[in-house]
Formats: sequence, C-alpha cells, structure tokens
Amino acid sequence: MFKAIDTGKQRKVITLRVEGHDVCAYEGDTLAIALLNADVVVFRRTPVSGQSRAPLCLMGICFDCLVEVDGRQNVQACMLEVQPGMQVCLQKGARRPEEVA
Amino acid sequence: MTNAITESDTLVVGGGVVGMSLAYGLARAGDRVRVLDEGDNSFRAARGNFGLVWVQGKGLGAPAYARWSLTGASRWPAFAAELMERTGVDVELSQIGGLTMCLENSELADRANGMRQLRNEIGRHYPFELLDHEGVRKLVPQIGPDVVGAIFSPLDGHLNPLRLLRALVQGFESLGGLTSSNVHVESIAHRNGKFQVTAGGARHEAGRLVLAAGLGNRELAPLVGLSAPVKPNRGQIVVTERMQPFLKHPTAHVRQTGEGVVQIGDSKEDVGMDDGTTIEQLSRIAERATRFFPLLAGVNIVRTWGALRVMSPDGLPIYQASTQHPGAFVVTCHSGVTLAAQHAGPLVDWIRGGAMPDDTTGFNAERFGHVQSH
Repeated sequence: MFKAIDTGKQRKVITLRVEGHDVCAYEGDTLAIALLNADVVVFRRTPVSGQSRAPLCLMGICFDCLVEVDGRQNVQACMLEVQPGMQVCLQKGARRPEEVA
Repeated sequence: MTNAITESDTLVVGGGVVGMSLAYGLARAGDRVRVLDEGDNSFRAARGNFGLVWVQGKGLGAPAYARWSLTGASRWPAFAAELMERTGVDVELSQIGGLTMCLENSELADRANGMRQLRNEIGRHYPFELLDHEGVRKLVPQIGPDVVGAIFSPLDGHLNPLRLLRALVQGFESLGGLTSSNVHVESIAHRNGKFQVTAGGARHEAGRLVLAAGLGNRELAPLVGLSAPVKPNRGQIVVTERMQPFLKHPTAHVRQTGEGVVQIGDSKEDVGMDDGTTIEQLSRIAERATRFFPLLAGVNIVRTWGALRVMSPDGLPIYQASTQHPGAFVVTCHSGVTLAAQHAGPLVDWIRGGAMPDDTTGFNAERFGHVQSH
C-alpha cells in the first residue's frame, strides 16, 4: 500500500520482529515508517470502542501510532528509530496492568 | 442584550456542581430557575474535581457534618438512577467501598483512632474496617510492599464528576431551567421583595437568590448581608493513559475511572488564586502513587491539572439564609459531589421555605465570629 521513495541511495536493511514475524526495514527509519512499509496499517485498537487506528501525523502529536516495543506498551512508533531485533506487538486496547520488575 | 430583563422565581449564581445541584433541585420542585454562570476563565472546582463520594474521616469533632455526609452518600444510588432516567447520562457511580491507604504505621493508627472517635461521636451506624497489609491485598491485589494498611469504609465510592455536571445541566434544562453563561455578576439590589442582579449587561429579577459561586461567594455574600469567608486550597491531579480495569475500589488518592484512566490526586496547597501545576508536586504525587501501586511506574501520564478547593475556615459547609435580605441564601462547601443529592433535595426544600435540615443548623457563618454586612 505504501511505497518508499527511491532516492537512489543504497540503504542498509535490518530485521525486526512484528507480531512474531520477521519484517525488513531500512536502517534509520522510524518504526512507524517501517511498519507502514511492511503493509501494517492498523497499528492499534482504541481502549474504549475498539476502533482501529493508524498513524496520522508521523511527528509525535497524534498518539495514534501506539505499539508495544520490547515489552513496553503504548510507545509512539513515529518517535522511535528501528533497531535490529526489535520486538514489536500491536497495541490491542487499553494498557494491561503489569508488575514491574 | 443590554437592558434586557429576565424574571424567575429563583436565581442561582454559580453553575458548578453545587450551583447546578441546587438549580436542578429547585427546578424539579417547580421553581422557574435561572443560573448565572461565569466563563471558562473562572476558577472551576467542579471541573477539576477528583470525583469521590466520600464519608470516611469527614466530620471529626463535627458529628452533624459527619451525619450530613453519611446521608448524602446513602442517597447517591437513587440520585444517580434518577439522573440516568431523566438525562440518559451515566455518572459511573460505584459505591462498593473505599480505602485510605497508608505508607506509615503512625498515620494508619491516627486514622483508625479518628474513625473510632467519629463512630462514638456520630451516634449512628458507622461501619469501617482497619485493614493490615494482607487485608488490603485481599481487596486490591496490586498494592506495593510499602502499604502498611488502610481504612476501609463500605459507604465510600466514586463517580465521574464531569458526567455528573453534564447530567445536572441536562436535567436542569429538561425541567425548563435557563442559564446565562459567560456572565459576571456586577451588582445585586434588593427592592420591593425582589432581587435585581445585573450580569452581562442584562438585569435578572427573582424573589429568591442563591449564591453558589464557590470562591466567588466571598465577594457576593456581603452584598446581601451574608458572609462566606472561603479560601482556595489547591489540589493537583495526574491522569494516566487508559488501562484495563485493575482497581475496583476507589482510594483517597488513586482511583481508576469507568473508562480506564487512573486518576491520582494527592496535594493540598495554600497558594492563593493559582490553579497551575508544579513539577515538584506532580513528581511527589507520582512517586507516592507508585508506592501504593508499583505497576503504575511504567505507565504514561497523559494529563495533569490543578484546581482550587473551596474551603471554609473549619472545612465545613456554609449554608445560611440572609436575615437582612429575606430570600437570599449562601451555599458553599468542599464536598459538592458527596453532598449533591442533599443539595438537590433537603437543602432545596429549606430554600423554598421549609425547615432547615437538622444536621445543618450549625452551618451558618456566625461560627467564624463575624458577619460582614452592607
């Protein structure tokens, strides 16, 4: 659905895990862009009505790109750079209460 | 609107929870009521409220106030059902018992002593339990190791204060009540048995005048021979993102709302007419909250705000009818949520000419030693 603009520049590809699947991403991209490039459109479900949400602003304002990253819930995917091996889950509804270590 | 004149049976000054409870009750009783309300720049305790329906600890040394609060809390289920039926607004009332959790044994012992004393003073059934850490854990499994115990009162509960305000406004309007918004009361005159209030370029007339303007009552009450020496006391509130339900019972400082956010309020500050927030207080509030509930440590904060409580010198309500200007009343209190049904019911009956409710006869401002008059 989304296609990265080809700038002609060679970019390094890294691998992250999204919902248990390997997903390739360009190094230096934000997680939100990487997910959109991987055809992930629904990032989360809202806590009250369960409606689907996708990134809107891609600049840290709308909070609609919330996902779980390496066990942290409700992280803004647009404000985070992808890292190799990053474990990403989609946010399903309200935050789960978790005991902190 | 200049020079427009409106006529009502009763004018209520103040459109917060106290004013709207009274206005709703007055309209329900058959009065033609107009509410005069200021704008969003005014200090609105009703919109910063924490939302507790709370009995425990209230009225130590003042058993009439304790009883008034008890009755107020006990009327809430019927009042919530009534608002729901009339307006369709669910105020999210839950009254399954509330906890005041303590992090120090000395504080817990003090609170327990206070509750025993209250039970003796009040002369009425006054249930509460003193719980140790394990006792609290049975009710609220998520508490942290620093919680030494809690007072549990089965009478306590909470609701959504913004929904309450909306329900009162809608209920009032459905009963034919009228509101003038964004108006500041400029003058009050009492002529030929009528109160004439100028506000927002219009003149409003009524046989009765009820001042329920929170901190604004301080200035308004003396215009009709009354006194309301109330002062602001700031509370700051921290609100988290929505979480799946984990906390059924409200606590004095932390509660989870019907929609899942965790609301944390834990400050009492004497800072005058300043409803801002401070990093110092917010971080203290957050730190204490994580000692009560360690699982909050990683949770995102989405909003914070400050609001000013309306406090009389002894913390008790001021309910008084003017002798100089019959038909004028002042009503102010700190606990507008807990007492909403009392205000809409028994207090309205008094304002409309009935006897003052038994437990409230001591709530006049003479107890503070002086009444200013004009």
